[in-house]
Amino acid sequence: MSSLIELTLAQALDGLKTKKFTATELTQAYIKATEKCRSLNAYIVETPELALKQAKESDARYASGKALPMDGLPLGIKDLFCTDNVQTTAGSNILRGFKPQYESTVTAQLFRDGAVMLGKLNLDEFAMGSANITSAYGNVINPWSGSDPANAVRKLVPGGSSGGSAAAVAARCAIAATGTDTGGSIRQPAAFTGITGIKPTYGRCSRWGIVAYASSLDQAGPMTRDVRDAAIMLKSMAGYDPKDSTSVNRPVPNYLDALEGGIAGLRIGIPKEYRVDGMPAEVETLWQQGIKMLQDAGAEIVDISLPHTKYALATYYIVATAECSSNLARYDGVRFGQREAGKNLIEMYETTRAKGFGAEVRRRIMLGTYVLSAGYYDAYYLKGQKVRNAIARDFGQAFKQCDAILTPTAPSDAFAIGEKQDDPIKMWLNDVFTVPVNLAGLPAMSLPVGLSANKLPLGLQIIGRPFDESTVLGIGAALEAAAGFKALPPFHA
Amino acid sequence: MSIDKNTVARIANLARIRLTEDEQNAMTREFQAILGWIDQLQEVNTDDIPPLTSVVEVTLPLRDDKVADGGYPEDVLANAPKQAAGFFVVPKVIE
Amino acid sequence: MTANKNLQDNLIRGETGDWEIVIGMEVHAQVLSESKLFSSAATAFGAEPNAQVSFVDAAMPGMLPVINKKCVEQAVRTGLGINAKINLHSVFDRKNYFYADLPSGYQISQFKDPIVGKGQIELDMPDGSTRTIGITRLHLEQDAGKSMHDQSPTESYIDLNRSGVALMEIVSEPDLRSSEEAGLYLKKLRTILRYLGTCDGNMDEGSMRADVNVSVRKPGDPLGTRCEIKNVNSMRFVVQAVEYEARRQIEIIEGGGVIKQETRLFDNAKGETRSMRSKEEAHDYRYFPDPDLLPLILDEAWVNHIKATLPELPDDRKNRYIKDFGLTSYDAGVLVAEKDTAVYFENAAKGREGKLAANWVMGELFGALNKENKTISESPVSADALGGLLDLIMNGTISGRTAKEVFEEMYASGKPAAKIVEEKGLQQVSDVGELEKAIDDVIAQNPDKVAEYRGGKDKLFGFFVGQVMKNTGGKANPGVVNDLLKKKLAG
Ligand SMILES: [Mg+2]
Ligand SMILES: [Zn+2]
Repeated sequence: MSSLIELTLAQALDGLKTKKFTATELTQAYIKATEKCRSLNAYIVETPELALKQAKESDARYASGKALPMDGLPLGIKDLFCTDNVQTTAGSNILRGFKPQYESTVTAQLFRDGAVMLGKLNLDEFAMGSANITSAYGNVINPWSGSDPANAVRKLVPGGSSGGSAAAVAARCAIAATGTDTGGSIRQPAAFTGITGIKPTYGRCSRWGIVAYASSLDQAGPMTRDVRDAAIMLKSMAGYDPKDSTSVNRPVPNYLDALEGGIAGLRIGIPKEYRVDGMPAEVETLWQQGIKMLQDAGAEIVDISLPHTKYALATYYIVATAECSSNLARYDGVRFGQREAGKNLIEMYETTRAKGFGAEVRRRIMLGTYVLSAGYYDAYYLKGQKVRNAIARDFGQAFKQCDAILTPTAPSDAFAIGEKQDDPIKMWLNDVFTVPVNLAGLPAMSLPVGLSANKLPLGLQIIGRPFDESTVLGIGAALEAAAGFKALPPFHA
Repeated sequence: MSIDKNTVARIANLARIRLTEDEQNAMTREFQAILGWIDQLQEVNTDDIPPLTSVVEVTLPLRDDKVADGGYPEDVLANAPKQAAGFFVVPKVIE
Repeated sequence: MTANKNLQDNLIRGETGDWEIVIGMEVHAQVLSESKLFSSAATAFGAEPNAQVSFVDAAMPGMLPVINKKCVEQAVRTGLGINAKINLHSVFDRKNYFYADLPSGYQISQFKDPIVGKGQIELDMPDGSTRTIGITRLHLEQDAGKSMHDQSPTESYIDLNRSGVALMEIVSEPDLRSSEEAGLYLKKLRTILRYLGTCDGNMDEGSMRADVNVSVRKPGDPLGTRCEIKNVNSMRFVVQAVEYEARRQIEIIEGGGVIKQETRLFDNAKGETRSMRSKEEAHDYRYFPDPDLLPLILDEAWVNHIKATLPELPDDRKNRYIKDFGLTSYDAGVLVAEKDTAVYFENAAKGREGKLAANWVMGELFGALNKENKTISESPVSADALGGLLDLIMNGTISGRTAKEVFEEMYASGKPAAKIVEEKGLQQVSDVGELEKAIDDVIAQNPDKVAEYRGGKDKLFGFFVGQVMKNTGGKANPGVVNDLLKKKLAG
């Protein structure tokens, strides 16, 4: 039955509906796959009993002809989503052993639609990172190792923060996974592992029950084998939630419809600012190939300008860290999570937080505390918010000329663990193309379009208008068809 | 803007994160670099641009005043590092 | 302490001259609502620990706030009740600080853009005049939980039932000039909140707490450095705290010292304020707009609707009492201070003599209630029943004197006045024939006194009245007796 894990989510749904196999069989195949892929360290917690129980219920529904839209599909869940009575750590020591007594809205909707949970996926601590090297539960390994034999030893990063999700989907130890994206955390790892990931419009998926990193930027989305799978899974994840005041109440379209129409006549914007110093020529080449593919599919290519692009990263590191410094104040050892001893309350706080948080999280909390503190607020936080507006306005202007924007997802292919680790700014530059999208709250998808000279996947990013995930998915489908990316990582289940 | 070790210590205190002397030194150097990089924002003329706090273009939703939550102290206390008689217990608070 | 207060001008006589006290108040008033400001957990007082706590109130990971419409409405209603500007656009900010009973590590409050702007409150001064006190702003914010420090020598216990309950913080201008004014301000504010139904004003249960900012200066000088006395939880303590703090500051300045701006605590038992150390350096709240919430935009029509449905407020009611019932400003002020009292008074006074009703409510009724520490809603004599007694006075059935006796019986037995009067035969005798006969008897029995009176000893008139009353068992209508006696004695 090992061939079951080769099926895409859409294919598996067909197989289940036509009774070629059962949800239990599919789930068992994936439980085996997770065991086989343990060297990737993609899962923090595996939940095979829960998965089999859910699969059994799913089979009962299929037997009675009452199958649900995601029925019997074995997913990995990023360990940032709170799951009822299943340990949720956010990749941090400070939440070791924490078992929420509630279920996040997004995972609740997936389970409502019949999905099965294989376990909780590793990630950068509190979703802060671009390489999945900041987790308290160890690094995640990219199942791709490329053509450089040294990589087999050094190991490559899967990108981050949804590195466990990306590695699991790429290595076929989950049929699909949930991710979250604050500055590129779905799209960049998707690009590094050769899979598809979409960050929906801010407000499209509920944030309720997702451990918060930066509230005005965080957004959940699906990470899948292909665009069709993304369309199916997003439909389940999206929707208005009265428990999230920033959730937007508008109907969720049938995203599958968007894959059918073609892209003839659509205007695709190409921003001239999406070229950075030191960006390898092959990224530029891939971008040009992507442009050509869309043109061949009937799209009109338009040159656009997003003049404030170069300020997006610095803006992001003000806004995101300011919010995180406040969001992470609740991890104080009082009500949940780990507590370090202290002879009084303040000492307990200080040691709990010093030991509970890793270096990157401490750095960002400190930076955020600084930019909000008396005397620096105007120069940093307020300035950041204004530049954020300038960046958002750039997109607003651009969308007067085009219907969607095509860019590279990341400025390079996957790098080795240990690289860029000594210089935070160098590491942060990974997100230079993805961060502006979060600042503007727009939907964007990364999908694999080709391989680098080192035989590593490279992705392109499609950015859409607010709540126009349909157009993004439609263009994605066209690009996917033209690119014909079928490569599999050398390591997979 | 430049940052010194005293400021780093003050920020660590505000953030309730204990830093060793070495960590303070290292973080001061790191912050000097990061803030130097962030200072590029001063190039942007934002005189006529209001700050953006949310990209969501709807207004704050208001809920009805109904009691529909709470009443589960066991769940609230389920993950408490220390509890007694239905209370969370912490080391002594000293003013 | 050497400083003495002069009650005439509110100034304190110090060794170096007169001092003026300057007071501003920040009152935290708990919003009357069923559920919390940002969660649907209950707000009721006195539940088991942590029983009224949602995952949101405990700041569990991933939890998000959703605002309660009723709390917004209550803030708007209060703003309208203090003649304040309602801001149709307001913003919720996070005030960041660590404390054991602040689960999220920040309080959601309003900093730059509060829901209510400038307004004012009229104080009713004891001499019948009024003073206008400026209101700076009113904003909505969350309450914190409760820490208990006496359960264990090394630990504190935390109950989050109050965590997230809605508060209105009402900030006054530094317009108050004495401890009495501070007390009057708090009292008047409470009256308004109770009339509006936006806060129950129960200071015992912590529904209203005051932070009092006190400074002193020589009259005419610029404002002095102020100290903030935190969480004073009764009217009496507010008065005591201001008195103590002003004298403390005067002593320091007159002794050559300077006042340090600081937060102080009022010790209820000792009647003193003392410094809360360690706070100075920690005051960097890093306010910023809460990214989990959006700006609060109010519909002007909705605000107007709330305005149209406001109840009659104490000041309007007071003016009406002065105009319609002919009451003095002071009496009207006393009667409207509690809505229950005002309603009682109006029911008792309706269709009757307002002044008479006011005297009875404020005199006999208050006296009897106070003796037993009862509120007016617990009065054994209803407003209608008191009205019945007033009717008997007004139509001459009983005298005022007798009425007091009847009232005592009404208060004790709950019987209506008319019944008591009838049972005890207390009706006044106003019948002229009957009274003439009694007078004739008295004149006949005292010929020498009559002669003395007629000889010019006017003072004896009272003697004759007394005799008539005595012979009629006190039931004679004194007015009628006077008239008849005068005629008869004149011969
Ligand atoms: Mg806390
Ligand atoms: Zn306050």
